[in-house]
Amino acid sequence: MAEPLLDIRGLKTWFKTDDGMVRAVDGVDLHIDRGETLGVVGESGCGKTVTARSVLKLIDMPPGRFEAGQILWQGRDLIPLDDAEMNKIRAREIAIIFQEPMTSLNPVYTVGDQIAEVIELHQKLSRKQAMVGAADMLKLVNIPNPERRVHDYPHQFSGGMRQRVMIAMALSCQPKLLIADEPTTALDVTIQAQILELMQEMKERFGMAIMLITHAMGVVAETTQRVVVMYAGKVVEEASVEALFGDPRHPYTQGLIRSIPRVDRSAGRQARLESIPGTVPSLLDPPPGCRFAARCRYVMPACTQAIPPLKEVAPGHKVACIL
Amino acid sequence: MSRQYVIRKILIMIPSLLGISLVLFTVLAMAPGDPFEELATNPAVPPEVRAALRAKFGLDDPVWTRYLHWLAAMLQGDWGFSFVSRMDVDKLILQRLPVTLIVIGSSQIIAILVALPVGVLAATRPYSLFDQVANTLAFVGFSLPTFFTGLLFILVFSIQLDWLPFVYRANIDATGWQFYWEHIKQSIMPVMVLGLFQGASLVRFVRSSVLDVIKLDYVTTARSKGIGERKVITKHVVRNALIPVVTLVALQLPIVFGGAIVTEQIFRVPGIGSLLISAMLANDTPVVMAVTFVIACLVVFFNLLADIIYGWLDPRISYR
Repeated sequence: MAEPLLDIRGLKTWFKTDDGMVRAVDGVDLHIDRGETLGVVGESGCGKTVTARSVLKLIDMPPGRFEAGQILWQGRDLIPLDDAEMNKIRAREIAIIFQEPMTSLNPVYTVGDQIAEVIELHQKLSRKQAMVGAADMLKLVNIPNPERRVHDYPHQFSGGMRQRVMIAMALSCQPKLLIADEPTTALDVTIQAQILELMQEMKERFGMAIMLITHAMGVVAETTQRVVVMYAGKVVEEASVEALFGDPRHPYTQGLIRSIPRVDRSAGRQARLESIPGTVPSLLDPPPGCRFAARCRYVMPACTQAIPPLKEVAPGHKVACIL
Repeated sequence: MSRQYVIRKILIMIPSLLGISLVLFTVLAMAPGDPFEELATNPAVPPEVRAALRAKFGLDDPVWTRYLHWLAAMLQGDWGFSFVSRMDVDKLILQRLPVTLIVIGSSQIIAILVALPVGVLAATRPYSLFDQVANTLAFVGFSLPTFFTGLLFILVFSIQLDWLPFVYRANIDATGWQFYWEHIKQSIMPVMVLGLFQGASLVRFVRSSVLDVIKLDYVTTARSKGIGERKVITKHVVRNALIPVVTLVALQLPIVFGGAIVTEQIFRVPGIGSLLISAMLANDTPVVMAVTFVIACLVVFFNLLADIIYGWLDPRISYR
């Protein structure tokens, strides 16, 4: 099999706090192949964002630190690289967009300035050429009047438009991987669909891979090929999108899928939206054994003894559950 | 930045200055004592002469007519006459103002030039040795009042080490380089005393402002672009962090003038501050009025400057 584009092996990103070590990411394995869209799902605080930021080493250290593991980018481990070497990879090979388009752009520079900054740096162009490139990028992400809009400031754009600007900025150097950290969470529903569609369009155009981090199962079903489900800093299930929705093995995944609102099923009946009882355990001194045990409807004594390893139950379908 | 923004800010200055001058004039008119008070205790001057003098200078008129007279004269460039110094007020002020402006100006510039890099550097390495040392020194710096550091400096640099003169002389009998060197030498201590105080509070303010900005999302965005950390700080952090700093510098300006008055007294600097104090002691109302008004003008002017810098730093402000 060909070498994956990105291969994260046993990654542990921990944070030192006054109360002790917070194990935000505690042994995550995942990989992304060229040109595929990988969904990473899980509820708030499960380590999705920390995993994403670890890849680009955007974690503040201290308090954060890589406790163990490897982040192999085309076979090369990123963890030992220094800042100067990381800066050759950031934006040029791996780009990232964030959850909050309202605060992700610097309010005191024009959007053209901020896009041109990336182009100028990585493509070794003059500022003037880079500004032309910035306008082209704005046009590509369907912003009307791009030649005029490059001179506007972020506060003159709406939330959805700002996320388009972020995408334009991220794609301006044609990266091989785009990490989208909950790109639609802060946007309203109609805009969400537009942004997802735009990302899909860009992916087809540039042939890049996407790591789509989200907590919305609907978004996953629509846009990804393969899904990794995270819970409390660990991967609990990994499968193709069909296998995950058709045959979810982990009780947490089953819970997530049951909690998707369904209009057709509730019609006529008084069906209540299901939720998973309880909350994510503290990542500070997590309990031994399966971290989902306290909320699991099938919990057995063995569950609290040891952490179940991720094992393959069908080709490409891995689950961390003793069931 | 739009031109309208600047024009609007300049127009706002006019009512502010009128208001300030009205309040100043009224307060000074209500204050006890007038320039002819001394004549009352002088047996050689009969009370009728004193009353005639008062009437001649319009001191018995109601306050508002006197204010309008003053305003009309001032707009024509007539700032009044100092009864004590026996010369025109504008000449008196022009004699003293440059010294004050040089001392305050250079202390502010030094304070900003030192505080900016130190504050930024401390914030990018929070709780490092550099940060701790800078913080401690800053704390000491703004805890000590200027009259204390002033005396301390005189004690150490003038009396113990005998490096610097502790009395500021306006008439230096030297020419060429020697003249400038003497001026610089005697300015060092007053500038340092004022600069230390200002710089110390600025360091702490810059540090906390940078720490606030450095955590924001767009700084992470900037880092994800692959631009070096140094450029992330200078381009994406400092400009945003400077916005509240500009406000602070402008707001502190009246305090700086207050501090300068005290410092001028300590070092015997013949500036506008010592002029104000001697005028007050001598009941020289026209001078007091003019000096306070000049200081008010300077404060308003620097606030205007701050507003313009503010609009340049943050496009959201000037676009409204």
